[in-house]
Order: sequence, then C-alpha cells, then structure tokens
Amino acid sequence: MRFKNVLRKSLASLLATGMIVSLIGCGSSSSSEESTSSGQSSAAAVSSSAGSSSSSGDITLEFQQWWGVELPDGALKEICDGFTQQTGIKIELLSNPYADTKTQIAAGAAAGTMADVVGLDGSWVYDFAKQGSIANLTELMKADGYDDSQLSDQIRVDGNTYMIPVVNFAYPMYVNMDLLKSAGISEVPKTWSEFTEACKKVVAANKGVAGWAIPLSTESPSGIQNNFMSWLWASGGSMLKDGKPALTDNADLTATVDFVKGLFDAKVVASGAYSMKEADMVEEFTNGRVAFMTDSLAHLTTIKKEAPNLNFEFMRIPVKDGYSGKSGMDVANWGIGIASNCEHKAEAMKFIEYLMSPEVNAKLAVLANAFPGNSKADPDYSSADPLFVKAYEIFKECYAINEFTGLPTSEELMRQFDEQLQLYIDGDTKSTADMLSTIQNKWLEAFK
Amino acid sequence: MAKEKEMTQVGDSKLLASVKKKSVPYLYLLPTIVLMLLLLIIPICMVIRYSFFDNVIINKNPVFIGLKNYTKLLTDSSFFVAVRNTLFFVCVSVIAHMILGIMYAMLLNTKYVGTKTKALFRVIYALPWMFTASVIAILWKMMMNPNGIINYLLQASNVISTNIEWLGSRNFALISVTLINIWAGYPFYMVSILAGLQGISPDLYEAAEIDGANAVRKFFGITIPQLKPILISLLMLDFVWTIQQFALIWMTTGGGPINATEMVSTFIYKLGFSKYQYAQASAAAVILLIVCSIIAVFYVRHQKERD
Repeated sequence: MRFKNVLRKSLASLLATGMIVSLIGCGSSSSSEESTSSGQSSAAAVSSSAGSSSSSGDITLEFQQWWGVELPDGALKEICDGFTQQTGIKIELLSNPYADTKTQIAAGAAAGTMADVVGLDGSWVYDFAKQGSIANLTELMKADGYDDSQLSDQIRVDGNTYMIPVVNFAYPMYVNMDLLKSAGISEVPKTWSEFTEACKKVVAANKGVAGWAIPLSTESPSGIQNNFMSWLWASGGSMLKDGKPALTDNADLTATVDFVKGLFDAKVVASGAYSMKEADMVEEFTNGRVAFMTDSLAHLTTIKKEAPNLNFEFMRIPVKDGYSGKSGMDVANWGIGIASNCEHKAEAMKFIEYLMSPEVNAKLAVLANAFPGNSKADPDYSSADPLFVKAYEIFKECYAINEFTGLPTSEELMRQFDEQLQLYIDGDTKSTADMLSTIQNKWLEAFK
Repeated sequence: MAKEKEMTQVGDSKLLASVKKKSVPYLYLLPTIVLMLLLLIIPICMVIRYSFFDNVIINKNPVFIGLKNYTKLLTDSSFFVAVRNTLFFVCVSVIAHMILGIMYAMLLNTKYVGTKTKALFRVIYALPWMFTASVIAILWKMMMNPNGIINYLLQASNVISTNIEWLGSRNFALISVTLINIWAGYPFYMVSILAGLQGISPDLYEAAEIDGANAVRKFFGITIPQLKPILISLLMLDFVWTIQQFALIWMTTGGGPINATEMVSTFIYKLGFSKYQYAQASAAAVILLIVCSIIAVFYVRHQKERD
C-alpha cells in the first residue's frame, strides 16, 4: 500500500515535471545549422540568440531569411559553406517563410536579439532604418574599400545604404497568345491605346474573359506597386521627387490614373478586382480568363505546371502613346542587411560581399529563377525555360525600378492609394486631381 | 520540558501535513497557471501598458502620454466605421446563429427520423465547425468569385443576369462576410441546443398536448423557456468570439473594399503591423478587451446563478 502511494506520488511528480519541461521546450526554437521555426514572434525573439557567437577565434554569423525555404533543398547552405571554406567564418541559417520573417525581425529588433545578417524586403527598410535596427552599409562598404558600382541597386534612407538587393524578381507582362489570336490580334500592343483596343477586342470575342487584371485587395495592396505603377514606370514616369511624394501636378501619373480608369470604364478589367489578390489574378490567367497580366517572373514555373497547354508569352509593358525613352521594369527583390546589434559587422559585410560577388550572385540568381543583383554577374540560364530567357532579355533592355522600396510604411502608402483609386473608379471622387491630392496629403503624413 | 518540545514538534508536523495537503491541488494547477501567466496575463498587462505611451516596439524611448491614444481613437472616424461594421457583423451573426442552431437542433431531435439518419446528418450539419478559418475563407472566396459557382447557379436559375462581385463590391461585401461567418458558426449553437433539447422532459410536452397546445405554443411555451439558460450562455460566448473575428475577414476581404468590411480587429491589425502605431493599436485592443470583459462578467454571473 505504502509502495503504491509512493509510486503514485512519483508518477504525479514526473507528470508535473514533464509538463513544466514541455513548457520550456515550447518556448525555445531549434537554432541548429539550418532551422525552421513555427513563426511565433515571441518565441523567435527569445530564441534568436543574441547575434553572433565567437569562441576561441571562430566567428559564427546568424543569417535570418526566407530564401532557404524557397530555394531547392540545401542550396543556400551549400552557398554559405563556400563562404566558410574561404574565410573560416561559419554561417548559421535561420530559415522561415516570408511572412514570418518580417515579424521575427521586428520582434528581434525590439528585443535587441536580431540575427547578424537579415534578409530584407525593400518595403521594410525605411521603418527598420529609422528604428535603428539595421546598420549603415555605406560606412561598412567604405571601410572595406568595396566597389559598389557593380551593384545594380542600393536601397537608401537619408542618403545611406541600408539594404542591398541580392536577386531581383522582375514583373514583366504575361500575354495569352490564344486569346489574342481569337480576337484577330496578330501583334502584341506596344502603346496604351493599342492595349485598350486589344483588350476590347478580346472581351468582345470571348465570353467570360477579361482583357487585363489588377489585384486591388486591401489585405495585400501590392497590386498598386506591381500592376498599377508598372504602367507609370514603363513610360519613364515617377511618383517621387527627391525621395518625397510628388503625386500632384504629375502629368505622367495623372495620365496613368486616367488610363487605368479608362480600362475599368471600358469593362475590360477582370471582375472582383477590389477583393482580388495576386494569387487570384494568377489563377484567372492560368485558367485562360485574362489576356494580359503584369506578374512576377517567379510564377512562370507554377503557371507552366498548372496549365502546360496555356500558350503564353512575355512582352514589354505598353508605353504611353508618344513615349520613346527607356522603360522601367518593376522589381521585387531578396535584399540583405546587417543588424545594428551585430558584434561582427566587418565579417557580416564580407558575407554580403561574397553573396554579391559575380560568381556567387549568378549562381543564386539561377537557383532562384531571378535576375542577379550584381550588374557584372553573368548567370547561366542555358537550362532555364526559354520564356525565362526571353523575360531576361526584356529586363536587360529596361532599368529596374521600385519606388516603394525605402519609403516609410510603404504597405500603408499602397493601401491608401488603393482605397482612393477605388473611390475614383467608383465615381465617389470627381477628378484625378482630387484623388491624387487626397493621396498626396495622406502620404506626406508618413514622411513627417 | 521534553514533553512540551514533543508536543510542539507534533504540532509543527501536523501543520506541515495540513499545508502539504492544501497545496496539492495548487501544485496540479501550477503548469496551467504558469502557462496562463506567461501567455495571457503578462501579454495583456504589457498591451495595457503600451497603450499609455506615444509608441512602442519601434520606439526605443517611449514617452508616457496618458489617455491621448484613447482620445485620438475615439475621435477617429475610421474607428467608428470599424465599430459600426463590427456591430452589424456581430448582431446579424449572433441572431442568425441562434435561429439556425435552434432550427437544425430541432431537426436532429425529431422523432420522425431514424437514429442512424439523425447521426449521419449530425455529422454533415456540424462539418462547417470542423474547418479552420483559412479553409473557410479559401472555400468561400472560390465560391463567391464573380466566375464562381454561386453566380453560375444564380444566373442559371435566372435570379441574376450579371455576375455579382460578392466580396469585391461595397454593397455586398459586408453581408457576404457575415453570411460566411453565419455558415461557419451555427454548428456550435446546434450541438449545444441539441444537448439542451434532449434534456427537456417529454412529460412537459405530453402535458401540453393534453391541454390542447399546438406545435407553435409548445415551442414558445416549453422549448424556449427550458433552453433559455443555454441560449443566454451561447449568446454571450458567441458575441465575444464574433467581436474578435479577424482571420475570416482578413483572408476574404482584408477590411475592404475601401472600408466596407473593416472590423475593429482588422483596424487594430493595420494600425499595428502596417502603420507601426503599436501604442494606438494597443489602445484599440484595450477598448475591445473592456467590451469583451463586460460581457464576460455577465456570463460568469449568469453561470453562477445557474449553479
């Protein structure tokens, strides 16, 4: 009896201890050579062990990113191992899905436990730079004597670089050739008026089909950046002046708004635009219900896989009638930065320089189905899809642009533009000038 | 002296034994208490604290500003739009949940259908409750797509002549997300009310029949009064859960188009994670917490009265 009591009490104690230990286990994440966490920002803030470690001369840099998840298995680790072989500096990969990475970086920044090197999206840069979470790369490049002229772009805040785009994902225009053929169109449109005409013909010739699609869901308002502003940038226009909003008295932007409104008024835009997300737009195109769409090159493989019989091509985004200059092409990118709390900034800079070296950058670009961030890199796309190569040729004729990178609260700026555009399209706002004036005032609040 | 010492020792050991015995339940509760403290109490206290500063998280030197965040919120017209939409969403959802829940529960409690059939339909009718918010959002987004099945069926039966943008139109978006929420939430009422119906004594119905009461009279005279305690509990719980609904709204409309489906939950999310105004977001969250706490107090009181 006594033994039974002891046994019962021991089991109860063991159970209670096990529950407490499991709580501790829940609160920590594995941070081994290559790890994935559950995306709990508090857990990551606790777990993302205070930056780099060094013991007896060995330096280990933590690299927080989402790239490892999107690249072929082991590819990123192999690249990082190459750096270790060259320099002896170890890289500890902290890989998470994209959406979780921003939350974890923000939490790490607040707690002062950010990883040494962080993968960044251009839209995060301004806010992290102002927060003092990411380091000034201009100073580090200067200290290292790095030739930054080979970089295709640098994201700056107040004149200093805080993020370097490692690879770029361009946003060319996809065109469904079968829909064009059905409407009797033999050549892809090159100007806005040709584009409008082509859309009208496609809609007239095919029931249930739209000419063009734009995702305007306010949940993820990237349609403003990728699908709307693409028109402006392709015609050499800009929404900024000296880094500040210049939406009013902007003839190019006014013309762009009128052009897009014209497409809506002509009823050639895919219905459901106000709740459409990028993935919904891709689905519409994949199912042959949209003739033209501006979308990331990263979706090429997915579209080919889902619709192997879909006859589509890439084309240059049509330009404003009369424009003959160089076109800008919208890009999203995998950017890289260094945490302010990093104890080995010089070594972290060396890692970035390694990733940006022509050979490594070219390799990364091929693996990611992207374009290199180093203008001297020469990726071997010989085994890539011919369409991808065509898109690359188009990209080389354009200049990469994304004016939302480095802006304060850029997602909110896009959302404000999105909402005002919807009000104008619906007729609530009387004129383009009124619409742009309202947005200008809202945007200026963010720049204060 | 020795005897006194012995008695003191006996007294001490009895006290120790008594303390040990009384502390055993708390020791069993300790893991849960620690969890609740770490994941509930401390975060709530932190958020309440944040709401009194100018900005936090991204601001290394937050300044105490008292109730300014609350004043700013309560004078913000977009906050009131969110409150208005939330009230519509919650009231319509809760009422519809109750009506549908009672209806389906009575269907499943009927004597006119066999046990196996009832068991099968119990599973079918409870299915919406099994899905997560993301699955429900994806499913309904596909069905409510302008080229989706709902428009197809409505056009085929000549109810509409052109496709309706259920989630993309300011006229339809709010009612659409409310409909989705009603579909997702009625099984909870159904299951709870079914349990309540099965607890009502058949003698009451027999007595009512003898007195000449028809079905309607029996429903309002017996069923509803007997279910009243359960219904009140369900109403309060559903109110609190629906007022906090975020995932469904975010994944279907994101609060749009424009602000047609903006709820307090999406308003808070955008304030915090899009505008980086974590202190103001905390203030809005505290206001929501106060509303939910008031309902919770009434709920607890109601439960105590039942006991």
